Amino acid sequence: MTTEQVSAAESDSSAVAEQASDVPVLEVRGLGRQFGSVVALQDVDVALRAGEVTCVVGDNGAGKSVFIKMLCGLIRPSEGEILLDGRVTEFASPRQARSQGIVAVYQDLALAPMMSLWRNFFMGGEPVKGWGIFQRFDVGYAKEAMQRELEKLGVNLGDPDRAAHTLSGGERQGLAIARAMYYGARVLILDEPTSALGVRQSGAVLRLIRRAAQRGTAVVLVTPKPQHAFWVGDRFLVFQRGRLIEDRRSETLTLESLSYLMAGGGEVDELETAIATA
Amino acid sequence: MSLLQLPAFGKARPWVRTAVLRPELGSLVAAVLLLTFFSIASSGAMLEIPTLARVLDTAWPYGIIAVAVGLLMISGEFDLSTGVMVGTAGALLGVMATEWGMNLWLALLLSLLICLGLGLWNGLLVVWTGLPSFVITLGTFFGLRGANVALSKYFTGDALIENIDEAAGFDSLHAIVATVFGTAPSDFRVSLLWWGGFTLIATWILWRTKIGNWIFATGGDREAARAVGVPVNGTKVGLFMLTAGAAWFVGVSNAVRYTSVQAGQGVGAEFFYIIAAVVGGCAMSGGRGSAIGPAIGALIWGIAFVGIPHAGWNSDWRWAFYGVLLLLATLINHIVGERVRTARSG
Repeated sequence: MTTEQVSAAESDSSAVAEQASDVPVLEVRGLGRQFGSVVALQDVDVALRAGEVTCVVGDNGAGKSVFIKMLCGLIRPSEGEILLDGRVTEFASPRQARSQGIVAVYQDLALAPMMSLWRNFFMGGEPVKGWGIFQRFDVGYAKEAMQRELEKLGVNLGDPDRAAHTLSGGERQGLAIARAMYYGARVLILDEPTSALGVRQSGAVLRLIRRAAQRGTAVVLVTPKPQHAFWVGDRFLVFQRGRLIEDRRSETLTLESLSYLMAGGGEVDELETAIATA
Repeated sequence: MSLLQLPAFGKARPWVRTAVLRPELGSLVAAVLLLTFFSIASSGAMLEIPTLARVLDTAWPYGIIAVAVGLLMISGEFDLSTGVMVGTAGALLGVMATEWGMNLWLALLLSLLICLGLGLWNGLLVVWTGLPSFVITLGTFFGLRGANVALSKYFTGDALIENIDEAAGFDSLHAIVATVFGTAPSDFRVSLLWWGGFTLIATWILWRTKIGNWIFATGGDREAARAVGVPVNGTKVGLFMLTAGAAWFVGVSNAVRYTSVQAGQGVGAEFFYIIAAVVGGCAMSGGRGSAIGPAIGALIWGIAFVGIPHAGWNSDWRWAFYGVLLLLATLINHIVGERVRTARSG
């Protein structure tokens, strides 16, 4: 990617913010995936809209991670289709999904610990200048563009030459989210961003997520914590045994009912009955 | 369970930060200290021009390959076949030029393609099977060790291939890879310029190109790099081809310089490249290192190789010295790595 293309990607992201939020950015229809004879996910229909935070919740093995991995091109669906802006599309790799604005931020945050902040920030999407064999990593631009993006999100990480391992958990999330936003993320996928954080840092990260949504990004958030999901989410997708069993808007829920759904919903009743009759 | 129990701390200390960002500094300090030490121990003889010429002439073949091995190590992989690859390149050039009457330049190109092919083989096997590169390149090492001598005997009837200087194109090739500046014993080979140039280019690639960022990222956290779109497999395969290419360069340079090739050469040298890379601050676990560091690591070997007999000691101590140096360098690397890990979880 050249410096010019990078700046273009940047202005794209602000254009997205002006788009009407009722047009789904990313939509999946009849999405499913089997691994051999094991059905990991089936029949999922979801439309993700710009400016919304969609929380994906469910028990271990419910299909949450297969779902988000298919969205970002890490796993290919075996059934169904993915539509980007209403057009059917296929992602052969995370690189390709990312080039279309679908960026995943993983639990490990995709940071190489011994690399500097700016090297990490542009990992896999290095801005270059010059051409032919003289094409080079535009270091000056990289440092400056990173600082600018961090400021937009209100994150201050200090010296861009710091190695990534010196960041705190919350700072790491900030860097990873800013990186995604920089690439013009239209769909930002976050996998348990607050799982290893304390209360204060969790709060800061959740505020970052809201800010990203306000800038017109469709955020997909996987989290096991009902309080965090409820505070930040506009919409909740509940997965169970490889199926999408609930698709609710936040207005239709209370923290209590969300906690109940997240704990497994009907399964909790089954469990209670099982314990009572044992 | 770690052997070294280190206190955890939240923020990395300044020296850890320096060690992470400038891993070659330690080896530079070591090289200066050693040169000073041997100068004193040899009453100044170490700093005379003929001695320094010998130091550099000892170091360059190790240096060129160590730089490539260092980049590969930063990406998290090893190559044990680099030593015998030197013999392969020389034997290929020799057989083609002396037995088949090929022009040396054509033989040069063909031997390069074959060596790059072997590097490609190493790389593809590593990324496709997911097996440790240690094992895969060890297989290549033994395969080539046998093939070098067997094929050389098959084609020439001997493991020693001679009279390369009678082949067409010898003079022009000799001028490029083996020209001498100065008169013996104060003579310097053009190989030193190749070594310096290669180190500079490798440094440039590592620090100032996106491929360099991919190398750090691949070794730093492979899955993370893949997830953000770094072509980790392509990076690794390319680096295996680079180490093979570096070995090829040394093999053909020596073949032209000495006008003969011992097909069994290079066995055991692979360890020196790895040691030079580690002494130069490249982390065996990947993700950290430099290109200049392995070059300094090779220079340290040259200093010790020449300095130990100059100091009046039995030259067998060279090996022991290098062993100790390897342990020290690994220990320092390990401590830095451990600090990074504890700081990360803290």
